[in-house]
Amino acid sequence: MKELREHAKELLEKGEVSAVIGYSQVSEKRTKPIIVTDPQDTDQLVFNEYCLNNLAVYLTKARIKVSCRTKDKTLKLAVTAKPCDVHSVVALIQENQIHREDIHIISFNCHGVAKDFGFEFSGDNIASKCINCETHKPLYFDKIFGEEKETPKASDDAMERIQEIERMSHQERFEFFKNEFDKCIKCYACRAVCPLCYCQRCITDKTIPRWIESSSHMRGNFAWNIVRAFHLSGRCTGCGECERACPVDIPLSLLNRRMAIKAKKSFSYVSGRSLETPTLVGSFNEKDNDELFM
Amino acid sequence: MDNQKWEPKIVAFVCNWCTYTGADLAGTSRMKYPANTKMIRVMCSGSVDPVFILKAFERGADGILVSGCHPNDCHYNAGNFHARRRWDFFHELLDFIGIEKGRLQFSWISASEGKKFADVVSKVTKDIKAMGPFTNYQKMNSEFTALFPEEANADSEIINQIKETVL
Repeated sequence: MKELREHAKELLEKGEVSAVIGYSQVSEKRTKPIIVTDPQDTDQLVFNEYCLNNLAVYLTKARIKVSCRTKDKTLKLAVTAKPCDVHSVVALIQENQIHREDIHIISFNCHGVAKDFGFEFSGDNIASKCINCETHKPLYFDKIFGEEKETPKASDDAMERIQEIERMSHQERFEFFKNEFDKCIKCYACRAVCPLCYCQRCITDKTIPRWIESSSHMRGNFAWNIVRAFHLSGRCTGCGECERACPVDIPLSLLNRRMAIKAKKSFSYVSGRSLETPTLVGSFNEKDNDELFM
Repeated sequence: MDNQKWEPKIVAFVCNWCTYTGADLAGTSRMKYPANTKMIRVMCSGSVDPVFILKAFERGADGILVSGCHPNDCHYNAGNFHARRRWDFFHELLDFIGIEKGRLQFSWISASEGKKFADVVSKVTKDIKAMGPFTNYQKMNSEFTALFPEEANADSEIINQIKETVL
């Protein structure tokens, strides 16, 4: 923790970055995102098992907020990122939303985070993305802190649920998702919190014609949730923030994870793992599977 | 509804350069195929956004066909390659959510394949007939129209306005 604060202070004092995006402690089991621009504020920075937010979201659409705070247009930013958040940063670089040289990645050796604020970090309360996590060490970083620790063991409930849904008939699946999407209140928290949902103008905000009905009736809810999942398929890095942010607990990561499985199975592609490879849906291969087409 | 009298509504999004011309050939060659398909001509199979599909279901379609040029024949070189990857994901997503794979079908039909066009349309119509009306979605539609008549008619109002100004 001390090293992290010193490093952030040094970066700001030397003027290498104009802001450090990090976490600060709110209460014992709760943190919040913080944008530090003054070297004296760096002693608020923390890193622990309760740093849940994916701060990569502040690199694109919320970047305006950051630049307002710093009043600096030539913004080089330092971002505190867990190894899984680094995947989001990599995906953004792959999609040409940010440049690698504009971002200073401060990362950690991670052994998992709690599933939500207020839960004691343990095997029972570990976030589902951490259960089968393979990147305890970040793939890309400029500075790394923290010691390597063992991740608590837990069973992968989300995967079991996906398999359970796949065993259902189409009618049952439709009913299942109908019940889930019925809860949706169209608050678009899933969109706001997603680092890869960076469109300046979302298709659901377009009104002439209105592609996705804005009233929170089932029909519009269906269209919105399908479109959201589709726009993230092959891109989602699985940070699980959409599901955590959802006020009515729609299991959004079931859809995201199912599409990630598809990407891995059909194209052996995992999103946000390499800066060198092109994105999956932004590229094509002439030898792609043609079975779907008559 | 009496199943004997029920006829499916099928929407086909066809590409201007291949399938539409193929359909034209089927017509000029006087080939017979079921008349359930309403065709919408688009410039490329890659320009069909998945929201078009959802909108068609919302407007009461029982099945959808998307058709374009064969791989390597695209007028825009790579449109159908991009479409292929995208549809692969979308098809799988709809399947996972509970929309049968047969409701949304894809084909490559070139301008010279009038016969293939007739065959594909017959096959899709036969498949959709076997599956029956898309009651899952249509139930949502009728609920929606009953609850929000204004919003349900908003699009047709816009279309009428456009018609008035353009025509």
